[in-house]
Amino acid sequence: MAVRQLSVFLENRTGTLCELTQALTDNGIDVRAITLADTVEFGILRLIVSDPVKAEQVLRERHFTVSITEVLCVRVDDVPGGLNAVLQLLQKEGISLEYVYAYISKSVDACVIFYVKDRARAEETLRKNGITLLEEAY
Amino acid sequence: MFDPRAETMPRPELEALKLERLQHIVRYCYENVPFYHKRFDSIGLKPEHIRTLADVRLIPPTTKADLRDNYPFGLFAVPREKVVRIHASSGTTGKPTVVGYTKNDLDMWSGVMARIICAAGVNESDIAQISFGYGLFTGALGLHYGLERVGAAVVPASSGNSEKQLMLMKDFGVTTLIATPTYAMYLGELAAELGYGPEDFKLRIGLFGSEGCTTELRAKIEKRLGLFATDNYGMSELIGPGVSGECEYRCGLHFAEDHFLPEIVDPETLEPKDEGEAGELIVTTLTKEAMPLLRYRTRDLTRITTEPCKCGRTHARMEKVMGRSDDMLKIRGVNVFPSQIESVIMQIPQISPHYMLYIRREGYHDTLEVQVELMDGSLLDSFAALEELTATIRAKLRVVLGIDAKVKLVGPKTIERFAGGKAKRIVDLRDMR
Repeated sequence: MAVRQLSVFLENRTGTLCELTQALTDNGIDVRAITLADTVEFGILRLIVSDPVKAEQVLRERHFTVSITEVLCVRVDDVPGGLNAVLQLLQKEGISLEYVYAYISKSVDACVIFYVKDRARAEETLRKNGITLLEEAY
Repeated sequence: MFDPRAETMPRPELEALKLERLQHIVRYCYENVPFYHKRFDSIGLKPEHIRTLADVRLIPPTTKADLRDNYPFGLFAVPREKVVRIHASSGTTGKPTVVGYTKNDLDMWSGVMARIICAAGVNESDIAQISFGYGLFTGALGLHYGLERVGAAVVPASSGNSEKQLMLMKDFGVTTLIATPTYAMYLGELAAELGYGPEDFKLRIGLFGSEGCTTELRAKIEKRLGLFATDNYGMSELIGPGVSGECEYRCGLHFAEDHFLPEIVDPETLEPKDEGEAGELIVTTLTKEAMPLLRYRTRDLTRITTEPCKCGRTHARMEKVMGRSDDMLKIRGVNVFPSQIESVIMQIPQISPHYMLYIRREGYHDTLEVQVELMDGSLLDSFAALEELTATIRAKLRVVLGIDAKVKLVGPKTIERFAGGKAKRIVDLRDMR
């Protein structure tokens, strides 16, 4: 019950992100969510896209270092306390998050992407408590 | 063995032959090259003063600057009609250095080349593709004539057009590849990208040269292309490739001592080093006719041993060149050789074997930055993993170099592949304003 996310290594150089979005555009791949974490030297771009397998292949052909990671995509009520409710559950179980980002989708309220090391346990915790995990982020 | 009589000559006999040839070439230079005549006269040296091999040290060394000063034909010892070939080195600054050959020189050259080719295991049933650039550069033609002498079929592919190179290798069933190590590695990468594995080729032997190659890089190339590679050494000023080369035991490069007299000296004081000690290689050509050189300073750093080799060849062995005295980087007062950095990079599986070195001066402080290509996508889940990778590379470099280097990860294929030519991996920005 996980969603496939692309992680891409980006050099800190003008235009690298643009090269990537051009590659996706040329292949009709739509981006749903995007987050860029950067250091002085490089960035790691994380993406949820319409076709992760194709996107991975396209980016590799254009010489990007890329990998697919399975992440949790959790549906969260778009009200005050919505995200807090989910995080409280994980906190109680002592599950720590590596990174988090969110997006608002057209069909559901809000989606939060979590990357945790122990995915199985996080999944079980959330499901037990009636939280919806999306199989398709798209 | 191509020439067992010469290659296994007992050392005493070899020493006698060397002395006889040294005495001859010194007199020949004195009588036929005005440059040497003047130089000998200026210090009162006469050819007859050379009574032992050690007396070679009485002769002042010849340098690349001497070659440039006598551009183009000033050091030739024969009239123009005896010269049958002219090569020139890839002079990156100013005029190239020029080398001439007589018919006998070409014959000697293909002979010493053939020894190295045989020692690598090549025979008349092999098909050899030469992916060195043909032209003024001595590498391609040196190997070309040597391979023909051995009886192998030569495919003079030259450099560039790499997809076609692979096609020829595959379709012709090429068994032997001649290339720079960088280009061989690149061909291996390209083959993998096009979906070829070693099993698609019949390659069995590689003769890589014209630039340094660490044992680690060679192992990678061997694995990728499925071949056994040996190293050979030479330089156009001396003849081209063929001065020394490895046998199947790969425990040093056998020096063609009957044609080239090696010495190892301290690069700063020019004092001789003992056998087995590292220093700069100085070579006297013992048999060359068109352009003999006395005590040519190669600037290459190595060591030499005359210990017997398992292969039965008696000729001295030199170690793989560990660096050039003029390529040596001085960073914060510490001597750094690019080959040391390369050997570290080759041990790290998450990065490609390609790298660039940038040296900068910040205030009064030199900094070394090593750029490497990140290949392993699985590290992208956490910055911690990437930071750990750079920290590992840094720590390994510190152990080998003794100084701290900055490690910068860059994307795949962003570092130039130097197809066909010599790799230029060092950018020294210290004198830039």
